[in-house]
Amino acid sequence: MNPQPAESAQKPSTAFFSHRPFGLLAELTYRCPLHCPYCSNPSKVSGKYPELTTGEWKRVLKEAAGMGVLHVLFSGGEPLQRSDLEELIEGGRQYGLYTNLITSALGFSLERAKDLKKAGLDSVQISFQSSDEGLADEIAGTKAHRHKLEAARVARELGFPLTVNTVLHRDNIDQLESLVELAEKLGAHRLELANTQYYGWAFQNKNRLLPTRDQVDKAALRATEARTRLQGKMEVIYVVPDYYADRPKPCMNGWGRRYLTVNPIGDVLPCPTSGEIKSLRFENVREKGLDWIWEKSEAFNRFRGTEWMLDPCRSCDRREIDFGGCRCQAALLTGDPAQADPACDLSPHRAGLLKMVEEAGANFGSRPAYLYRRDPGSKAVERT
Amino acid sequence: MIGSYPKLAARARLQTDPLTGKPALLYPEGLLLLNPTAAAILELCDGKRDLAGIIDRLAERFKSPPEMIQPDVEKCLLELRAKGLVQILDVPEEGA
Repeated sequence: MNPQPAESAQKPSTAFFSHRPFGLLAELTYRCPLHCPYCSNPSKVSGKYPELTTGEWKRVLKEAAGMGVLHVLFSGGEPLQRSDLEELIEGGRQYGLYTNLITSALGFSLERAKDLKKAGLDSVQISFQSSDEGLADEIAGTKAHRHKLEAARVARELGFPLTVNTVLHRDNIDQLESLVELAEKLGAHRLELANTQYYGWAFQNKNRLLPTRDQVDKAALRATEARTRLQGKMEVIYVVPDYYADRPKPCMNGWGRRYLTVNPIGDVLPCPTSGEIKSLRFENVREKGLDWIWEKSEAFNRFRGTEWMLDPCRSCDRREIDFGGCRCQAALLTGDPAQADPACDLSPHRAGLLKMVEEAGANFGSRPAYLYRRDPGSKAVERT
Repeated sequence: MIGSYPKLAARARLQTDPLTGKPALLYPEGLLLLNPTAAAILELCDGKRDLAGIIDRLAERFKSPPEMIQPDVEKCLLELRAKGLVQILDVPEEGA
């Protein structure tokens, strides 16, 4: 552990603020068979860099473990598109990491699942777009729902702990009860019901996806009921859409504090969407060690701790609870990533956010086509 | 509860945090950094020993009377059960 005072000695309340990464989000590829309109992947990547090779990823996993990372989340895009996934899982286990697969489940055949089990995969998370097949396939932009049901069955049959996750929005949030029922039926241990976070593709689709306050409140109530009823059997996590919150989310538990993301081309990011902050320059694992990037790079230190904050965050007694909210959202909605997250009602930019919510609401009831996610253009690498 | 057989959930893994040398409980997308007592309890939760047996072992190890530690052990197990990380079985698990 590298406890590092992030503040001067005059501010004892923050003297023990430390940063240590516990989780690595390994985005193995941007290739994905699904086209969900709320995808957190960037709409394009700069240049045509090839994906990291097997050897490069193994080095990243080893370095991450050495820095204190205990969890690796293999994600994407669709991580099953990488034929070396088994080898990376083996590597992760060898370095003492708990290995989680975050998947659309397309490609999660019985045969592949057995290979993943043999490689030492610890847990599987499968996304469901809806509890209703027709709507699910419409959201995914492809016939996926049936494959997912079968994959979940296979996962449980092989003894994998299963997380079901659904990204909630206007079209599926009213299905909360049937989503809980689906997860129970599939034998899931965890159910993640997370409202869409409006960046990237989701931001472009916000007038189509943003639920009403009434929808959100009802869903929250039902999620609480399910959590109580299923305690000890299935963990139910409900994430509110922060456009309807009064205080911002403690995004990533603080910038550069607990998590890091390595994207398919090797850029290291404090969070998966931070590539959208155009004023930041991100380092790449092909050029620098992961530890150096975490400790020393400008991007990781830019919003670490509380020194960078402006008012109202700087003098706020919640500055070490929510860390000023989300930097990406501040950048997106105010043009300046150092501003308070407009999801906070103390933000001077709050009115703009409320206006946006109102505009999205005016559109409620009409169902124009989604703007579907397209492949941002990462280039597959031959197996090495 | 004293006659039950606590068992660490299959999806949870107890290991040592390499950076601090302290026990860490890892489970899907989550972790708990444990104090040494909680780790000592969990090491014994194999689904074969009953709670009374576990408490006796802990009493011996920490040199305290069993009735002193019983409430803390039960509290710890119930908390972990609420998180789905421990099962409290009525009958011992089969197998060697």
